Amino acid sequence: MKVGLFIPCYVNAVFPEVGVASYKLLDHLGVEVDYPMDQTCCGQSMANGGFEDKAVPLAKKFDQLFEKYDYVVAPSASCVAFVKENYPRLLKKEDHLCQTSGKIYDICEFLHDVLKVDRLPGKFPHKVSVHNSCHGVRELHLSSASELNIPKYSKVKDLLSLVEGVEVLEPQKVDECCGFGGMFSVEESAISSCMGEDKVKNHIATGAEYITGADSSCLMHMEGVVDRQKLPIKFIHVVEILAAGL
Amino acid sequence: MSTKHTKAAERFLSDKQQETWHNETLWFVREKRDRMAFSLPEWEDLREMANKIKMHTITHLDKYLDQFSEKAEANGVIVHWAKDAAEHNQIVLDILHGLNAKKMVKSKSMLTEECHLNDFLISHGIDVIESDLGERILQLKGEMPSHIVLPAIHLKRQQVGELFEDKLHTEKGNSDPTYLTRAARQHLRNEFLTADVGMTGCNFGVAETGDVVVCTNEGNADMGTSMPKVHIVSMGLEKIVPTVQSLGVFTRLLARSATGQPSTTYTSHFRKPVDGGQMHYIIVDNGRSDILGNKEHIQTLKCIRCGACMNTCPVYRRSGGFSYTYFIPGPIGINLGMLRHPKEYSDNVSACSLCYSCNNVCPVKIDLADQIYRWRQNLDSYGKADPLKKTMSAGLKFLFERPGLYNFALKFAPLVNHMPHFMVYNGLNEWGKGRELPRFAKESFTSMWKSGKVKPKK
Repeated sequence: MKVGLFIPCYVNAVFPEVGVASYKLLDHLGVEVDYPMDQTCCGQSMANGGFEDKAVPLAKKFDQLFEKYDYVVAPSASCVAFVKENYPRLLKKEDHLCQTSGKIYDICEFLHDVLKVDRLPGKFPHKVSVHNSCHGVRELHLSSASELNIPKYSKVKDLLSLVEGVEVLEPQKVDECCGFGGMFSVEESAISSCMGEDKVKNHIATGAEYITGADSSCLMHMEGVVDRQKLPIKFIHVVEILAAGL
Repeated sequence: MSTKHTKAAERFLSDKQQETWHNETLWFVREKRDRMAFSLPEWEDLREMANKIKMHTITHLDKYLDQFSEKAEANGVIVHWAKDAAEHNQIVLDILHGLNAKKMVKSKSMLTEECHLNDFLISHGIDVIESDLGERILQLKGEMPSHIVLPAIHLKRQQVGELFEDKLHTEKGNSDPTYLTRAARQHLRNEFLTADVGMTGCNFGVAETGDVVVCTNEGNADMGTSMPKVHIVSMGLEKIVPTVQSLGVFTRLLARSATGQPSTTYTSHFRKPVDGGQMHYIIVDNGRSDILGNKEHIQTLKCIRCGACMNTCPVYRRSGGFSYTYFIPGPIGINLGMLRHPKEYSDNVSACSLCYSCNNVCPVKIDLADQIYRWRQNLDSYGKADPLKKTMSAGLKFLFERPGLYNFALKFAPLVNHMPHFMVYNGLNEWGKGRELPRFAKESFTSMWKSGKVKPKK
């Protein structure tokens, strides 16, 4: 099984350790991992801001770079959701049949559904509050959305339960948006900051030491709030906890 | 980089106490809705059924509107067709003039807000009385609704107490809800008794029977149609459901979604005029038939005006109904405003973080967030795109299309971490108003991979 690792632009620049942990996990689980060097960005931020046309050439490039792999895996639920949900339509404009949308996975989804991981080495003896990101929950279905009357589940919590010592908590308003939303965070900065502050407060109220989640972009946004207000909570991506023993 | 919504939201947020109260109050309604939704095992099936019934009905409207109006006429109802707001208002005025009526009592209707009916009638000398408590409060205060189901949700009881002191001469400083409600009831009782005509909106029009169904919690629609001999119904043409059986799907969803009640206190079915009286239906298009031909936005016609999308919307809860420039706020209002007039109401399109919660609470499964995403793609063609966002997007595209340049940028990005605070956190940096910027890592993942630092364990 050959996996193309997609490390989204901001993870590459700001959270390379998340990329490293992703690689370690996949390697540990016996997956052959390749990292195509010419990858850049999926184009989501431009498209959500209203400039989808700017994302089309990036989508084409992405699809060509990753089409040769059995799976494409990335540690960012919202970038994965963007490729999955929008690339086929965007590439139609270029008469290009999208190859990647059917085989791209968020890494948590990949570990849970494809590799079906049932044990992991290592310990993480800490309390963590899980951040259920909007696109992870409502587009990729990583957990049951709070609005829907469906059986409750959480792939992220299932995976975390494999790591010894970790105590998993969840905030009130369990999957309310943190207010990032890409360019929303600068266009509606007052509302966005307020949402971030409220979200962080709810995470802190759980008594957790860390906020963790499958979306680095949400974590980055909330970290901006925590740094500004010097609040007592740290951030860690789910894959870093899962790779604690590697 | 700001829209009218952005600025109005900033003003709303400046009163932190009010914002928190508004946010939590509407979240409480969302939680009530959740409890009701989760108490029905068939909830998701009901939503899917409602979606299908509505899609079927709005795509066969010619048939169902004919059936509805024929049945209604056979029941003795006078049916009028209005192509727009002006026609609607004129029809109402003509009916009133024909009866020599001076006073009309109304129950809650968003369609009459859409048509600006009250101002029109008042300017023609008609005394128009809103009888829904929230709407009456707003009428006395001279304000618009800030929510489609909870129109006065932006006001606290103390403000209502002060208003009633002034208008209804209640006791000074008494804002006890029971006391204020009693005062409003007494005041309205007299209006009901002296009105010439009662007007209601319409939640559902049943094609097979010609009935209209009106859902209220206060019984005001029933008072308004029982005392006066004439009942005028103002209804949008998308309000049709095919049968009484299909109506049951919607009455089960409406109140649960709207306020978290199993049903509204009153679900009133009207069929024919009272003895010696008149009943009129005014079926209004006002742009709706144009939406029928709009593939990307046709689903807005499924809306049953429950307001659930507002209660769950993290932006609406924190910015209030008046921060939107269209008279219907929140996710559905963003879309309906753009359908009304894209250039005029484009300021609301920024009011969405694309969290998709609205899609999930919508009882008829309107793709609200997807539609907002689509409007954003069109803003540039209306000349309404934000220039800074446009420049940023073009710049990002330029960078990301060039892997060499991107990697070069990755290498030097950490220098930003060392820039003086005043250069990074200035008026140009919207992010920096409430948050610290992320710090770039010393070495990017690409660079680590290139130099062989990321490699198999064995």
